[in-house]
Amino acid sequence: MSATLPPFEEIVTTHGPTVLRVCRAVLGPMDADDAWSETFLAALRAYPTLRPGSNVEAWLVTIAHRKAIDQTRARARRPLPVDPLPERPAPSDADRGLDGDLWAAMQALPFKQRVAVAYHYVAGMPYADVAALTGGSQDAARRAAADGIATLRKTYGEGGPR
Amino acid sequence: MMTTHEPREPERSDLFVELPAIDEETTRRLHDRLVREAQTAGLLDVAYRTIDSPVGPLLLATTAKGLVRVAYGCEDHEKVLERLARDLSPRILHAPARLDAAAKEIDEYFAGLRRGFDLPVDFSLARGFRRLVLTRLRAIGYGQTASYAAIAIAAGNPKAVRAVGTACATNPIPVVVPCHRVVRSDGSIGQYVGGVDAKKALLTLEAAA
Repeated sequence: MSATLPPFEEIVTTHGPTVLRVCRAVLGPMDADDAWSETFLAALRAYPTLRPGSNVEAWLVTIAHRKAIDQTRARARRPLPVDPLPERPAPSDADRGLDGDLWAAMQALPFKQRVAVAYHYVAGMPYADVAALTGGSQDAARRAAADGIATLRKTYGEGGPR
Repeated sequence: MMTTHEPREPERSDLFVELPAIDEETTRRLHDRLVREAQTAGLLDVAYRTIDSPVGPLLLATTAKGLVRVAYGCEDHEKVLERLARDLSPRILHAPARLDAAAKEIDEYFAGLRRGFDLPVDFSLARGFRRLVLTRLRAIGYGQTASYAAIAIAAGNPKAVRAVGTACATNPIPVVVPCHRVVRSDGSIGQYVGGVDAKKALLTLEAAA
């Protein structure tokens, strides 16, 4: 029997939570929903051409990475709003809880460190894969993640989840 | 780098070990949005849901053309979805609202309030003679039965009695396409995709209404 792709619903159920955490880690809770939605819509579009047996999570993180770069560029171009934007739905209380502070601390890291931490520690990708995604060497990815974690320990503190 | 990197950081940082699970409300909100946007973009090839019925849980699946699959619990819904991914498209999402009309009609049928279905159906999963047989089944009225032999004649091939049996046994849209109304010439009930008990239940329901 030739390998076939599982129903996309299964992909959403299995990998949705990790991809959302990665989006939150890279972009913060406010922009994470948009990035997650764009990632999964793009993934759904391309899904029939994915080779069965591929590493689906790495594939999704690759798409999310491109969306994160797009959003970061768009954010840089966006003029500072004069009034706060009331139409943006606030994250639910649960979103704002324990990990909300950590995601906020993540936002203070430089982009390179942030993505290295997100892909290695949140998505569980080996440094070789992180480097393939972000460019640069495996050692550079490892150093960026280590520097990011060191800063997080200072800014997020010892009171974090153990 | 000249020297080996000092392994100061653990492989899994404890900072991320005990992050709370993504809450249900967030999961639902994102899933709803994905369904909505997929539909708008024309990327939702197959939508499905399950409903409860007197003959057990039924899986309903639809394409843009119409209801493409009704599956009994004994068919193993997970396997049914895998086969839909293989035979139709892997772009499959759980999208209950897309099947509200189908669910309503099937509920009404089991409540004895409905004698025929107005749902558009998609016969993509049946080919050739089997598909021809299925199109003939809708002519058997509510509460009536026909023999496999009679359907073979109606389908233009009187000798294909066994093939009619196969077409009924592999009917992708049971209940709505009434293969349960096809019985043996000697009056005995014959086989059924949802099991003989389910067939009896449907025939009893229709005889009582």
